[in-house]
Order: sequence, then C-alpha cells, then structure tokens
Amino acid sequence: MFEANTLAVIFVSLMGLSILLYAILDGYDLGVGILLPLDQPDECDTMIASIGPFWDANETWLVLAIGLLLIAFPAAHSFIFKELYLPTALLLISLVLRGVAFDFRAKAAFSHKPTWNKVFKAGSLLAALSQGYMLGMYVMGFENTLMAYGFSLLSAFGVAAAYSYIGGAWLIMKTEGSLQIQAVQWAKKSGWICFFGIVAVSIVNPVINTEVYIKWFSWPNIIYFLPLPIIGFLLFAVSNQQLKYLPKQNDKDCWLPFVTAVMLFIVCFFGLAFSFFPYIVPGKLTIWQSAAAPESLSFILWGAIVVVPVILSYTAFSYRVFWGKVRELRYY
Amino acid sequence: MLETLMLSRLQFAANISFHILFPTITIALSWFLFYFKFRFDQTGDPVWMRAYRFWVKIFALTFAIGVVTGITMSFQFGTNWPKFMETVGNIAGPLLGYEVLTAFFLEAGFLGIMLFGINRVSARVHTLATFIVAIGTSLSAFWILALNSWMQTPQGFEMRDGVAFPVDWLAIIFNPSFPYRLMHMVVASGLTAAFLIAGISAYRLLKGDDKQAPKLTLKIALTVAAFLTPVQIFIGDLHGLNTLEHQPQKIAAMEGIWHTEKGAPLLLFAIPDEENQRNNFEIGIPKLASFILTHDLNGEIKGLNEFENYPPVAPVFYAFRIMIAVGILMLLISWFSRLQLWRGKALSPWLLKILVAMSFSGWLATLAGWYVTEIGRQPWLVTGVLTIKEAVTDIAPENVGFTLVMYLILYAVLMTAYLHTIFTMASRAIEIEEISDDEKIKRPISITAPLNPTIK
Repeated sequence: MFEANTLAVIFVSLMGLSILLYAILDGYDLGVGILLPLDQPDECDTMIASIGPFWDANETWLVLAIGLLLIAFPAAHSFIFKELYLPTALLLISLVLRGVAFDFRAKAAFSHKPTWNKVFKAGSLLAALSQGYMLGMYVMGFENTLMAYGFSLLSAFGVAAAYSYIGGAWLIMKTEGSLQIQAVQWAKKSGWICFFGIVAVSIVNPVINTEVYIKWFSWPNIIYFLPLPIIGFLLFAVSNQQLKYLPKQNDKDCWLPFVTAVMLFIVCFFGLAFSFFPYIVPGKLTIWQSAAAPESLSFILWGAIVVVPVILSYTAFSYRVFWGKVRELRYY
Repeated sequence: MLETLMLSRLQFAANISFHILFPTITIALSWFLFYFKFRFDQTGDPVWMRAYRFWVKIFALTFAIGVVTGITMSFQFGTNWPKFMETVGNIAGPLLGYEVLTAFFLEAGFLGIMLFGINRVSARVHTLATFIVAIGTSLSAFWILALNSWMQTPQGFEMRDGVAFPVDWLAIIFNPSFPYRLMHMVVASGLTAAFLIAGISAYRLLKGDDKQAPKLTLKIALTVAAFLTPVQIFIGDLHGLNTLEHQPQKIAAMEGIWHTEKGAPLLLFAIPDEENQRNNFEIGIPKLASFILTHDLNGEIKGLNEFENYPPVAPVFYAFRIMIAVGILMLLISWFSRLQLWRGKALSPWLLKILVAMSFSGWLATLAGWYVTEIGRQPWLVTGVLTIKEAVTDIAPENVGFTLVMYLILYAVLMTAYLHTIFTMASRAIEIEEISDDEKIKRPISITAPLNPTIK
C-alpha cells in the first residue's frame, strides 16, 4: 500500500504527465487548426487529414488531466474552475465547435465546407487563447487586478503561438511540396512569438511570486535549475537553425523541428512545474492539503499502473499505422 | 431573476441531456458496425461493406459530438457542484477515473484505425479495432451507470466528518439498482440505434434508393427492434420493482399516488396538483398499479404522504408516461413491420414514413426515462447523503445564466446541423455508394456471388 503523502505526489505527477502530453498532442492539432489557410481549400483538406486519426485521442488527455485533478485534488478542482468559470466555458464551447466542425466539414453538403473550415479555425484559435488565458491567471494566483488580466492576455497569445509553432513543425513532418514550404514559414514566425512569450512568462513569474523567486534564485537551487533555461535557449537556437535549411533534398530531417518543439514544450513544462510544486493552487493550496482519501487514490492507482502503459502502447501503435506523409483521408 | 441553484440545475440538465443523446446511439451502433464488418470478412459480400461504410460515417459524426459535449461534464462538477466532489469525491472520483482510463482512451485510441485505417492495416486488425471501440463504448456505460446508480442507491461507504469514504468497492459498484439500470440503458441504446438505422434506411428507400444495403440494414434493424422491445419492457418492469424496494417515493411520484392505497389504479392520464396533493382528471385502470408492482390486485402501495422528502410529482409522472407510450409504439411498429417482411411483403410507403418518423424515438424514450429517474431522486443528489441545495456553487447567477444561454444556442445549432447532415448523407448515399473499380479488382468473386436472396 502507499502512504497518503506519497500518493499525492504520484497523482500530481500523473496529472502533470497528462497535462504535458495534452499540451504536446492537442497542441499540434490545435496549432494546425489555427494555421488553416482558408483561401486554399485543398491545403485545408491536407492539413486536417494530417490530424484526423489523432485529434480525438489527443483531447482525451485533457479529460484525463481534468479528471485526475477532480479525482485526486477535488478541493483544488472546484477552487480553480470557480475562479476560471467564464474562460472555462469559452474553452469548452470552442472545443465543441472545433470537434464537430471536423466531422461536419467532411459530411455536410459540399457548399457548407468553407463555413465549417472557418468554424474549425476559429474554434482552434479560441481554445488555444482560453487555455493560455487560464494558464496566465493560474500563474498570477487568480488575482483580480489589471496587471493579472494583462499578463493573462499576453499568455493567451503566447500559448496560441506555441501551438501554432508545434503545429507548423508537425506539418513539416507530415506534408510535402508547397504546403511544407509554407509550414516552415509558419513555424519560423510563430516560433519567434512563442519565444518572446516564454521569456515574458519566465521574467514575470518570479517577479510577482516571491516564493517562485526564492525557489529559483536561492543557493544551491539555482545550480539545479539553471540548466532548464539554458537548454530552453539552446533548443530554440537549434530550432531556428533547422528551419533555415528546411525542406532539404529527399526530405531529410523533416522530423527534426517537431522533435525540437516537443523538447521545448517539455522544458517549459518542467520550468512551470518546479516553480509551483508542491502548490496545486499557487500560494493557497498544496497537493497534500487538497488530496482525496488514500483508499480511493490507491484503488485507482492500481488501475492506472495497469492501464496507462497499455494506453501509451496503443497510442504508439496508432501513430505507427498512420506513419509517414499524410494521404487523403478516406473512410475506406 | 432565477437563483444560482435553479440555473445550475438547468445548465446541468441541458448539458447532460444533450450529451447523452449521442452515446445512446454510439453504444449500440458500434456493435451494429462490428456485426457488419464481421459479416463482410466472413462472406466477402460487398453489401456488408456498403452498410458499414454508410453507417461508420454517421457513427464518426455522432461519436465526435458525444466526445466534445462529454468534456463539458468533467468541468461541470467542479464549477457548479463543488460540494458534490468534496462530499462523495472519494467514491465518484475513482469511478469516473476508471471510465476515462478504461473506456475513453480505448475508444479514442482505436477510433482512428477504425475510421481511416482500413487500407493501412489487415482486415483482421481493422475488424478488431471496430470490436475494441465497441467494447470501449460499453465499458464507458458500465462505469458511468455504476456511479449514477450509486448516487441513487448508495452503499459500501462510511461517513467521517461529513465526507464519504469507501469501505467496499464491490458493494459500491454493484449497488442494488446498478444491474437493472445498466441493462435498461444498454437495451435503450440498442433500441435507439435500431430505430435510427431503420428510419434512415426507410428514408433512403423512400428516396428511390433501391440498393441492397438499405434493405439489408432495415431488415436487421427491425429484427433487433422487434426482439429488444419486449426484452426492454421486461427489464423495465424489474427495474421498477427494484425502485419500489429502494426508492419507494420515486414510484409513488411515477404512479401519482399521493396517499397510501390498497388496490391502486394504473393511471393512464391525470394532472397532478402539487398544492392540494391530489390528481385532477384521472383516467385509470382499477387495481392495475397494485397488481404490476405487488403482483396482488389489492396490494398496498405507499403514497407520497409517507415520505418526508419526495420529488416534484408532475414532471416524473408525465415523463414516465411519455416513456411508456413511446415503448408501446416501438413494440407495435417493430412487430408489425418485421411481420410484413417475414411474410415476404415489401413495406408500404406509409409504413416507411412511420419508420422515418420513428428515427429518433429512442432519444425521446431515453430522455424521458432519465428524467423519471433523475428528477425522481430529488431533492437528493446522493440519496440520504447530500441534497442538491447543499452541493451547489456560489458563483453569481448572472455568470451561470450567461453560460447557460451560450450552451443552449450552441446545442440548437449543433442539433440542426446534425439532423440536416444525417438526412443529407442519406439522400446522397444513392450517388456515392457504387462499388469502385479497384474494389472490383480486389474482390472479383464477391461481385458475381448472389446477394442475400432473402432480402425483399
């Protein structure tokens, strides 16, 4: 059996893993949605085909992340979502619109397709913006100040740019020809915006949160944490360099930007996670204060130990089945 | 101005009512699809593949709406009903968690292969993916109904400082009302999908689509419907008896019995008058309610007067009658149509039109049934543990009102688009369903093989 304190740490790690996987996986498919060039219907088809078999499973990581928060830290769940009531509703509505647009655009009368493409793009953008806004409010400790709102807006655009960046990188890997050349440009531009967003969050976060400041800049922590920003900068420089020379002959290295983007996401995630641990609501609730009963957590943990590896392996199988450049999406 | 409690209830009702429509179709439609695909693998007869292709698209659309509207649910608990998770989260949490872990991922993980992977994996793996998706949808029903049933008839827990702690997980999952509710819902899903398939196939026949596939799917759907309707009536009766044992106040509201009665009549119609605790304009069959519920013409049924807390009577009373009426209609229509086919007759245009009208009858019955059981649980959220009043949020009513209106507009748009798209797909099926040239090369034998000769 596990001890209550250990269980809280295990569950916050599981939740962290789901959030990270969600940000990477739904990140690229939301990004593809944001980048949709509405005036080029054929490219729209190809782009959406590249995420078709995956978007549904990608979104399930959000359900798991929110589910784990609800199950393992119910007090934090109700605190956070009461504070973020309206942005949450906006996020949900945009996710709904985007999800259904994916199916309607392929099945409704042909004349409606451009409309559903617009809905898909708008839904993707709004979902990314509201997630970024929620992240910003979280970092700002849910303050109701002008500065908090301003920062959250900045964070909204930062996250939308980050998703576009990883979406662009995904397209470089999955497409060819003129679309791939466009994708390189998209990844470059949104990469820069994303970079400034990350720098802004990294500066503002320790400045406004004293605890975060102490954690990062006290001795000897600074030695342990310093690699994170350094690796982050290096990754960004590498990505920028890669994008200059893509696409190459025989499509060599087309997968590199995506891998780099994933690594950048991982670094950012750990930066945020270290800043706030062990708090689950910054400055207010720790994971130990809000954890559910150990008997409930162990009951679900045994299931998770068995099921999560299975999920990861059939997810990998699905990516293998749809490996390589995107083909036209057909139901047969 | 409506208060937060009422607005939160309306919002939850709107969200869950809209959401449940889509899983109700997909839980059973996935098994129909597995059957079509399995038969295709067995026989090589292209008609099975055409049936599969047409319905897998409707499945994909329905499934997508189910998934995205379901995400809303996992946020709702925290935003609008914070005390729910704080009080019974130790029990509700793991059940929801197992649903996500064992069902959602299974469905979502294999859906991609099921929908788009038919040319990328072997026939066997593709059929297996279809099978796994069907398992996933059923598992999802298992966990969510375990939780709902536990909220109706809770057991296997203890209260410490106002918080529920699990004692016996098997008792929690297999609580008294669970087997009945699960069976009732799974069969409801079967009927919903069967009438949808029958209705849309009938629509195609009416549009002059004389392909084999809609005739075949019509026949299969009617067979399933004719078989499942009596089964459902039987399960419903058992479920009712179980409710009488564990939630007698719900039965009293369903039957409109205000005062304890011996030889109670079965009310076909009445207008319950909450204020004066009586019914107006009663039309009933004497002693039948007592007979059905106690199997004794003069059996005693407890009236609402015996209970300190009881649900609002009118909505439960009416919803129950709507469900029963739809059920009887389903029984008559499925048996009559299936009998016609059995006697080798083609279905007449007016019968086809009735089937088209019945396409979404499953939705009506399912919703009505859920309203009976959910409103019938009031004022409790978890029977004997937590009332809805205690569980509600303190968010400003304006905010809840605002999001409620947003959701309602969204749902109206989605429903219009969904129905429009399904009927568009059905009318276009005639143009797009021909077998392609490469298919002829791939399966030369099946083209010359005779189509199932029994389909008229």
